[in-house]
Amino acid sequence: MGVATIDRVSRDNTSTDPTVRAPLILPGNDYASITEKVCRIVEAPKPPKAWYVAFGVAASLTGVLGAMVLYLITTGVGVWGLNKPVSWGFDITNFVFWVGIGHAGTLISAILYLFRQKWRTGINRFAEAMTIFAVICALLFPGIHVGRIWLEYWIAPLPNQMNMWPNFRSPLLWDFFAVGTYFTVSLCFWYMGMIPDIATLRDRATTNVRQIAYGIAALGWNGSNRHWHRYERAYLLLAGLATPLVLSVHSIVSFDFATSMLPGWHATIFPPYFVAGAIFGGFAMVLLLAVPCRSWFGLKDVITPRHLENMCKILLATGMMVGYAYAIEFFISWYSGNPAEGFVFINRAFGPYAWAYWTMVFCNVVTPQVFWSRRARSNPLVIFAVAACVNVGMWFERFVIIVTTLSRDFLPSSWNSYSPTWVEGLTLAGSFGLFFTLFLLFLRFLPMVAMAEVKAIMPLPHDPVRR
Amino acid sequence: MTAVGNEKGKLWGLLAEFASPQDLVRAAARVRDAGYTKWDAHTPFPVHGLDGAMGIRTTRLPFFVLAAGVVGTASGLLMQWWMNAIDYPLIISGKPFNSLPADIPVTFELTVLLASLTAFIGMLVLNALPRFHHPLFRNVAFRRATTDAFFLAIEATDPRFDLERTEQLLVLEHATRVFPVEG
Repeated sequence: MGVATIDRVSRDNTSTDPTVRAPLILPGNDYASITEKVCRIVEAPKPPKAWYVAFGVAASLTGVLGAMVLYLITTGVGVWGLNKPVSWGFDITNFVFWVGIGHAGTLISAILYLFRQKWRTGINRFAEAMTIFAVICALLFPGIHVGRIWLEYWIAPLPNQMNMWPNFRSPLLWDFFAVGTYFTVSLCFWYMGMIPDIATLRDRATTNVRQIAYGIAALGWNGSNRHWHRYERAYLLLAGLATPLVLSVHSIVSFDFATSMLPGWHATIFPPYFVAGAIFGGFAMVLLLAVPCRSWFGLKDVITPRHLENMCKILLATGMMVGYAYAIEFFISWYSGNPAEGFVFINRAFGPYAWAYWTMVFCNVVTPQVFWSRRARSNPLVIFAVAACVNVGMWFERFVIIVTTLSRDFLPSSWNSYSPTWVEGLTLAGSFGLFFTLFLLFLRFLPMVAMAEVKAIMPLPHDPVRR
Repeated sequence: MTAVGNEKGKLWGLLAEFASPQDLVRAAARVRDAGYTKWDAHTPFPVHGLDGAMGIRTTRLPFFVLAAGVVGTASGLLMQWWMNAIDYPLIISGKPFNSLPADIPVTFELTVLLASLTAFIGMLVLNALPRFHHPLFRNVAFRRATTDAFFLAIEATDPRFDLERTEQLLVLEHATRVFPVEG
């Protein structure tokens, strides 16, 4: 190793110089400092003031969500603006939006793991947490939109008093199995990844309460290499299983639309288009969370500029896939020669919901283009703004798909328009409250960076020569 | 329960600390070659090369996961066939009662669900976790095993265990500290 190489290891790890290997973790860190940096967030006697403010807002919104759900259940779905034929509105828009957010977490934890993308270790833990919380928000909406929620168990293949079984040809039932499996597997993956890090917190505990609580959660992990051997194998297997699973989940969500006959929904491009959109929207949420967290909690050495830059590149790539899908949808509606299809797409772009369509195009296709510039990719403010834009755009994408098609189907006499009520608006806001409440609790009580995984990709300490 | 064992307590084994993962891997190969069987390494992260140095046989976990996946596939197919074609045939847009293509999504999800749960629970069961007490937890220095310390522990019940000779072996292999641990 020459002197020149040492000089060139700078704290800017976004260099594209192919002769220098960019460090995954910024130089000046060792195993102990990684533990210290991650654990002190959880071990500090009090969280930063910003945490209290954010938690107060998020918890209040969660309360609003609870009130809205209670109002809905006690009164009926008439409190929402749904009608015939627009029987899906904010509810399913929010469901698809939240379940899509989750996909980035699984992509980072499973797919990037299989592809040996070592940089993922800095961000996988909190991205997986994001997945869990987003799927919880997602599961809420199909749960409450059915109207008589006390009959929800009908969807499960359980023996009941009617001697009937669910219809397994329905994509809505596939969805129940897909999202349920997704939640369970993501939870296993997330918790399993956390066991060694919770053991670290247990071993550093200074109070009995912490030692017992983390002790129970760590399941008695003691770093045994015989355990690590099976653990790593289980991790690889889970990554291998979660990879097709995550692709299947949003494909099946898209089947809810694609297997119907409605113009604008009945399209073979839907599964890959939805998966790309989910990863796009999910990475935007990861960036939205990572940019403030890394500076509030002093994790800039672990979640480095290179991590942000890589994620920006993924955002740019998936954004263009989504843009391509938008264009192809238009092309196919013309090429099919089907007048109903053609009308739906003209109506999307120039009809009563044109404002929503162009918001979607601007946010999802235009704004990510700034990431062609390296300066934009390394500016946290720009990243945050674009990520926020993409989240808005991806919500509108689902709104446009659902509402423009339902409100204008084959028969003009059954056309109707949809506008949400205040209850739907507050329920959407409340779902963000629930998501951020859970995420803030996670930041406060659990290790937000996978310490053991980060240590495993750090360069080994200097090897003393033995004879 | 002191950090350092005393003569009165029953000896559980010896715990040796190493300065680096590389030292630990070399020591592990020596301990393996010396014929010890009841011993283990404890590290904050999985150390590359340690499995081989310890002579760990590849786990059977993947076979359990495969079996669970097959059970998931079979039960998914059987359940949907029996429910929708036999026990309560549903006429849906003139499709055959046993419509295999429509059964694939649920079958796939059940396959992944059972295989994943088996990977997670199987890992814990094969590792004999949860286990909330371990003699090593009595050693205060061992708490750094989950932060930045590299340990090797040999149990006193190992047939080759001899307090003096085993300690000598560990010291010769550049252990920075060797602690007796009470059972």
